[in-house]
Parts: sequence; C-alpha cells; structure tokens
Amino acid sequence: MRPILLQGHERSLTQIKFNSDGDLLFTCSKDNVINVWYSHNGERLGTYEGHNGAVWTVDVDPETKYLVTGSADNTLKVWAVATGKCLYTWEFPTAVKRVAFNGSGTQIVCITEQRMGYQCAIRVFDINQEDGTKQSKVPRHMFNPIGSKATVAAFTLQHNTIITGHESGKVALFNVKTGEEIDNNERAHSDVVTDLQMSKDWTYCVTSSKDKAARIHDTKNLMVIKTYNTETPLNSASLAPNRPYVLLGGGQEAMSVTTTSLRQGKFETRFWHKVFEEEVGRVKGHFGPINTIAVHPSGMSYASGGEDGFVRVHHFDESYFKAKPYGDLEIID
Amino acid sequence: MWNGTPTPKNDDQTHFNFQVHFLGPKMPSTTPQNDENIDYTDIENKYQVQYDTGFDNILVVDGVPVIDESKRERLLAKVTKEFSKKGVVIKVEDIFMPWDDTSGKSKGYMFVEFRNADDANLALATLHNHPFDAKHTFRLNHFTDVERFAELDETYNEPKLEEYTPREHLRAWLADPQGRDQYVTYRGDEVLINWHGKPSQSEVAHKPDWKDFLYVAWSPLGTYIATLHRQGVRLWGGPSWKPQQRFAHPLVKLIDFSPCERYLVTWSNEPIVVPEGAVQGPQYFSPDDEGNNLAVWDIKSGDLLRTFSTYNEGETPSSKKQMQWPALKWSPDDKFVARITPGQMISVYELPSMYLHGKKSLKIEGVVDFEWCPLGDKDREETGSSGKPAKKARENMLVYWTPEVANQPARCKLYWQSQGDFLCVKVDRHTKTKKSIFCNLEIFRMREKDYPVEVVELKGERFAIVSSNDPNLGNPGPGVTIKTDVSFYQLDRAKNDFRLLRTLPSRTSNAIRWSPRGRHVVLATVGSSTKSELEFWDLDFNSDDRKEGQTEWGSGIQLLGTADHYGVTDVEWDPSGRYLATSASAWTHTEKQKTIRKNLREYSRAFDEEDAAEESNVSAELTALRKRLVDEWNAGQEEVKEEIEVWIDEVIEQIEEVIVE
Repeated sequence: MRPILLQGHERSLTQIKFNSDGDLLFTCSKDNVINVWYSHNGERLGTYEGHNGAVWTVDVDPETKYLVTGSADNTLKVWAVATGKCLYTWEFPTAVKRVAFNGSGTQIVCITEQRMGYQCAIRVFDINQEDGTKQSKVPRHMFNPIGSKATVAAFTLQHNTIITGHESGKVALFNVKTGEEIDNNERAHSDVVTDLQMSKDWTYCVTSSKDKAARIHDTKNLMVIKTYNTETPLNSASLAPNRPYVLLGGGQEAMSVTTTSLRQGKFETRFWHKVFEEEVGRVKGHFGPINTIAVHPSGMSYASGGEDGFVRVHHFDESYFKAKPYGDLEIID
Repeated sequence: MWNGTPTPKNDDQTHFNFQVHFLGPKMPSTTPQNDENIDYTDIENKYQVQYDTGFDNILVVDGVPVIDESKRERLLAKVTKEFSKKGVVIKVEDIFMPWDDTSGKSKGYMFVEFRNADDANLALATLHNHPFDAKHTFRLNHFTDVERFAELDETYNEPKLEEYTPREHLRAWLADPQGRDQYVTYRGDEVLINWHGKPSQSEVAHKPDWKDFLYVAWSPLGTYIATLHRQGVRLWGGPSWKPQQRFAHPLVKLIDFSPCERYLVTWSNEPIVVPEGAVQGPQYFSPDDEGNNLAVWDIKSGDLLRTFSTYNEGETPSSKKQMQWPALKWSPDDKFVARITPGQMISVYELPSMYLHGKKSLKIEGVVDFEWCPLGDKDREETGSSGKPAKKARENMLVYWTPEVANQPARCKLYWQSQGDFLCVKVDRHTKTKKSIFCNLEIFRMREKDYPVEVVELKGERFAIVSSNDPNLGNPGPGVTIKTDVSFYQLDRAKNDFRLLRTLPSRTSNAIRWSPRGRHVVLATVGSSTKSELEFWDLDFNSDDRKEGQTEWGSGIQLLGTADHYGVTDVEWDPSGRYLATSASAWTHTEKQKTIRKNLREYSRAFDEEDAAEESNVSAELTALRKRLVDEWNAGQEEVKEEIEVWIDEVIEQIEEVIVE
C-alpha cells in the first residue's frame, strides 16, 4: 500500500512509538514538539508543546494514559495523553537521552547524558498513576553506570532489573536497586548501541548499532541469539509481531549525507528474516538516514522516522501476511 | 674431407687423446687394430646423397591407339602436339613406346619423360582422362605408382562393422515437461546454457567447457550452438551438447545458417590459404578455393559445398568497404541461395549442388538489394504435408530494387510480411530542396494477380492505416479491447504525395475492408468478445457535386451507418460492392476454454502447487538448514516460555502466601 507521509516535524525525527493498542503513533523530533497521530490514516491528533530543546525520547504507558518525554532542555516531562497537558516536570543537570516504561506502567527508567562534569546517570521513578501531577521529586533509584555511558535502556521481566546498551557497544543487565552490574556482554557490538526494543513477550530484545549489525539478545542471560549484518550503520531495529521479520533502519551518517547520493545512502528499511538471518526485502522512501522504526503491536503496519523530518507509515499488503517465502515453517514469535 | 695422418707414436710422457674418424675411402691405416669395429652408419646416413630416384618425372600413358610401324611417326607427333596444347611441352624423343615385336604393333601404352616432376604432375592433372580421339582416352599414371598398384595387397579384408550408437535427439529440449526454452549466456570465459523458466530462476541445463572461441551462436531453429574458433566452426547439440559437426575455416569471423539449418555460410576477412600438404577431402578447402573467403557447408555431412570471394572484381581486398551480411541470402526452403553483385546481377545457386540456377546469373542493371519472399504457414503445409506432391507449391520468389535514376539518393527498404502475403516497400527520398527526407510506404499484395500495389488498388488514391499506442497491444487477453486510431490517406495530385484525410481517434476497429471500387470502407472490430461494431464510411460523400480542387480537404468523409454483428470475425465485400458479408466463427475448443475459465481456480491450483513445490525445493541443503534454524529457535522460545510460566506460578504462590498470612 502507499505509505502515509506524516509531515508534522521541521527537524529530524528522534524516536517514534506506537501505543499498546496501536491506534496512536507518538513521534518526537529535534524541533521541540511531540506529535500524536492516528496510525490508520495519518491524521494528526495533537501536539505536546512545552519542551525548549530537542526531544530525544518518548514512551507511553500501557494504558495510553501518560506520556513521558525526555529532552535536551534537561527536563523529563509527564503528559496526559488525552489532553496534551504537561503534568509534571523533573529537571536534571544534563539532557535526557532515553526514557522507558516498565511492563505495567508503574515505573520509568531514564538515562541522562554525560556532560559538563556530570556523569551519565540512570534513574528510576515511580509513576503515580492516580494523579499524574503528583509525582515524587526524587527518584526511587539512581546510580551511575561504571565505564562506558549508557545510550539505551529498558526494563526486563525480572524485578528491578534493566537492560542497557552502551556507547562502547556493551549490553548489560543492571540491578537498579543496588546499581550493580548483574551481567554484561562487552562485545555485543563494536560501536555505539543506537536502539533497543523488546519482543512482544519481553523475553528477548533486538539492538542496533553503528557497527552495521543488529542482534537479538536473550534478556535473561544476554546471550546473542541472532545477528544481522548489513552494510550501513544502523540507527534502529524493531521486531515485527506475528511474522518472523526484523526491521532495520539506518544509513550514512547525517554529516556525510550531503556527499552521498540517494542510492548510496542506503536509506531503506531492511526486512531481515529473524531466524534465517537473511535479508528478505527493502522499503525505500526516505531522503535521509532512518533514525527510528516502530512496528504496530499487531504487526499490521510499521512506521519509520527519518533524518529528513518525515514519518512514513506503511500498512502491509495482504501478500505480506500470506507469503511463505521459505515454505511452510511454523515459527514461534 | 680430412685424411688423418697417423698418430705419431710419441714417447710415453705425452698422451694425446686424439680420435680420428676416417671418412671416404679407407686409407691404409697405421692403427689397424680396431678399424673394423668403428660404426660408420651414422656418418653414412648423414652424408648419403639423396639420389633422385629418377622416375618421378616419368608418366605411363595408357589408352594410346595400337598402331603399326608405318603410323609411328604420326602418332608420336600427334601425342606431343596434344601434350603441348595442354601446356606441357614434350619432345618426340621423350616418349618411349614399347613395341610388340612378334605382332609388329605397339602395345597401346607409352612412357613419357618430362623435364621434372612438376611438369609430370601438371600433365597428370590436365591430361588424365583426356579424350585423344573418339575411341581412345588417355589414362595417365606415375611410373612409380604402377609398381605400387601392382603390389597392392588384393586379399579382401572385411571392414569391421562399427557398432551403431544412436545419436542424441537434437531437439531434446522440446521434450521438457515444463515446455521451457533454453538460452545461452557467455560471460567472461564461461558459457552457460540455461533453461528459461519462471522469473528469478536459472536452472543450468548444461555447462560446457568450450575453450578459445570468438563467440557462440544459436542456429535458427535452436538445434545447434555454433562456436567460432581460430580453426573453424564447431556445432554442438543434443541434451548433453556433444560435438555434432565441425567446419575447418581458419580465422572465421561470421557465420550464417540457412533457414532450415541444412547449410552454413562462414566468412573470414582473411582469404583462404591452403598450405602445402594440407589435408584434402570433401570437408576441407582445396587449392581451388585459395583467395576466397566465403564458404558454404552442408551441416549434416560437414562437406564444403562451394567457396566465394566477397571481393568484387576490380576491388582489392584491402579496400575498406562496408560488407553486406549476410552475404548470401537463402530462400525460405533452403533450395536456393542467392548473392548480389551490386549494380550488376543476382546469382542464384541451386542446392545442394551449388551450381548456378539456370546456368546463368540474373543480369539486372543497377540492382541494389533484394529479399526472398518468406514462406507462409499455408505454404509450409502445402509443401510439407504427408509427402504428397503439393497441389500448387509456392515458387520461390525474390524481389529486388533498382534506383529509378542512377545516383538518385532514394533509399529503399524491402520488408516482407511474415506470411509472404504482403511486401511493404519503404522509400526514403529527399525532398526537392534536398534538405529533408520523406518516406513512402508502398504495400504490394503478393498473393494476388500482378501484385497490385495496395495504394493503387484503391482506385490509386487512398489507403487507411490502423495504428495504436495502446499498452495492451501485443498481449491480448480476455476482455481486453485495444484502442486504435484509424487514419485515411489520399493522394494529393497537386503535391504528388499522400496526405492525411482524416484521423478517427480512439476506436476499437482493427480491420479495414475497402469496397471493391474503393469508395466505401468498412471499419470493423473483429475477434473481440465485447465489441463487434461495423462502421460504413463513404470517402466521396459529396463527390457528386464536387468540382476538382474546390472542396475542402477531407470534407468528403461521412459515416453512413453502423451495424453490429456479435462476435464477428470475418468481413468481406461481394465483388460488386453492393453487399457485405460478415461471419462469426469460433474455435471448436472454445467450450473447453470457457470451462477452464469458469473453473480457473481449480485449474490454476495444480500450477500453483507446482510453483510452490518448485519454490520450496530450492535446494535440499538450504531447506534442511532452515528447518534446523527454525527448530532451534522454536525450542529456545518454548523453553523460555515454560520458564516464565513456572516463574509466574511461583510469584502467584508467593503472593497467595502473603495474602493468606
């Protein structure tokens, strides 16, 4: 099907997220605004205005009640999804690079940048689900990861345990209570980890990296299950529910884009077979590197946000669901 | 020669190791002790004088009249004259005639001595089988050969019967269960013959290991693949692409098959050179072929039929002139081949003898180009069916053109309709200002008497063209109607050129039927399942009250009426032009087509299954690998899920315990 082009941002996209029902798509970009769209037709539902710097990260709770965003203006904000009002703001010494809800929406994890003498910090806040405006000012847990700074993080199934991706390419498990590194895989990637997304059942996750590879890790023991080697630095990786595919996006570094042609830039979304580690297809369309990819929770569509400032929502064709390019093989999601 | 002086026997202090080989007459030697033991044979061999055996220049002439003494002088004079006439000068003294003294008559043969062996060979070539007079014919043999022939072993050795090995079927690809064709690719040094299957498939039919060739080429019917080597052409065929035939034409550059694959033409830019002592035989060039560079071969036997030179008389081989290829043009049934000498004549040769047809070329002043008329399907049926002599087999026909005026820059292109029904001649001419070129199309109906020119046949003035730029043109499908434009053209006498009368855009008409008198025309949509319109047009509607040159151009076209005949396939005027017959005919298997179309799903399922099966049997190895990967993955996931379930149960129990407490 023809993609829906969402033209609501003036600068490059940083992260996009479907809500748990998949009817809404939240997009944030460097132009300080967060947009929310109806995912089925691309109509813009509203914006969340209030940040004074590039919005780096966004996440929405499982009930689509609260939205949390982190920005380069050193703040972390909680928004009411329905009204667009900012409910609470935390302020930090440095920019917020990543936020993520846990599975039940009761906690968030946030990573702040290492800058101006401040170390990279990971904080976990409790979210007051009754009244969004009344949040505790101090974090429930806070610690500074030792070594390379963290770039991405997410909760795991284990209580008080988060999985992080680091600038060095390390993937690690931390106990947030103690700040102790439970387990790590120093050589998960050889360059900065750019994205980390959980599987539907939270048992494994996919990471993408500038080292041109994406990997599936077991979230319990950090074992690398699958590796997808591409020929371009990757900015995002996402798992397609119900179909055995991994969607990878990336492209030439933003700074060298002007010196490369569209074809050389490799600005396509790549579909890789999750189990066979083979590329099965590409979807082109962006004029710049793809910064972020998200797949609809039911797997019926996916969206990609690019350095070019556009979000493209693709609804899969009938044939995508019917095709059995590798014969009749039952693959557990 | 060096006659060795005997080695001086010096005192024992000096040791001369001096070996002497004596050559020539044996000298009395002072060292006779081992003289007999010296092996001289190598030296003797080396210096042995090769004596002319002396008989190579002698021929035995048989078949000379038996005469008595009185006629001896006359006969000898006559024979010497006969020899001299053929360019081999001999004298009476060179002839020795054996004489039968008992009867006083000659023995009927003679020995002739020539100056040298070359002369003898020449005489042998020219005078063997030479009719001396009505009763006598010379039979010449080398004197040396007579001995050889006499000593021939005459016991009969029965030749061994070679066991018959059936050859592979040369059109084996026709038996492919999926009805696929083959194609050949030549990349780098690698030649691959592939099956032309479904997209994204390239099953290799054969991977030959042919080496060092210029290029590969299919024969027109696909029976052979030819490779051009330095030594000549090789043909390969059959399911395993075994060598089938070879043609020794050194440095061959171009080849051309005859349409029925019976003959092959090879061309090289180097003239043929037959080196001394080259193998001779029907499959090889003979000295007569030297200097030519075009050869015709019989494919089945591999025999050389004839060679030609592509250089015209008076031209030097070095003069660079665009050569026409194919240099020889074949008639469609392989019975004739013709070549043109531009400006002079067309030479037609019969096959397989390669003699000039009718023993002479067709002399046509100024001829530029020609084309054979192709055989239509009907002709093939008539000529080819069941061995019966055809009722009226189409004769081979060729068409040529000559410029009307010499040096006129007009250019013609001859184009035959594939069935041989029509000949279209495209003529490019300069306009009077010579600045631009305009083009005429003239269409001849070849099946009709006197080959009427289409434009003239329509009262000489009009014709219509159905043109289309519909993308569906060429891939007809059910329910697809192709949009066409119909254009009428008429001769404008003032300009002496055809001008567009009118264009009727976006029609569905695909047939034009002019009335016999050329005034009316029917445009019909035939063969379509949805449209079946007939439109009657009058092109001279107001001609009754028209005065020459007064009416507006194209105003006389008028639609008279329309009719409809469902499913019409044929439209024909009666000769008087008063009636029009239309008929609808259909293939008898249409019913089946209908049922297939009705149950398309069921029919297509079989093919879908086949496709799926083919897709999945990519390679057993890969499938196995994938199966393994999937199994591993599934096992891992199930394990994890079980773990989680156990864990959840534990958590629930703990919570329950807490609540109970």
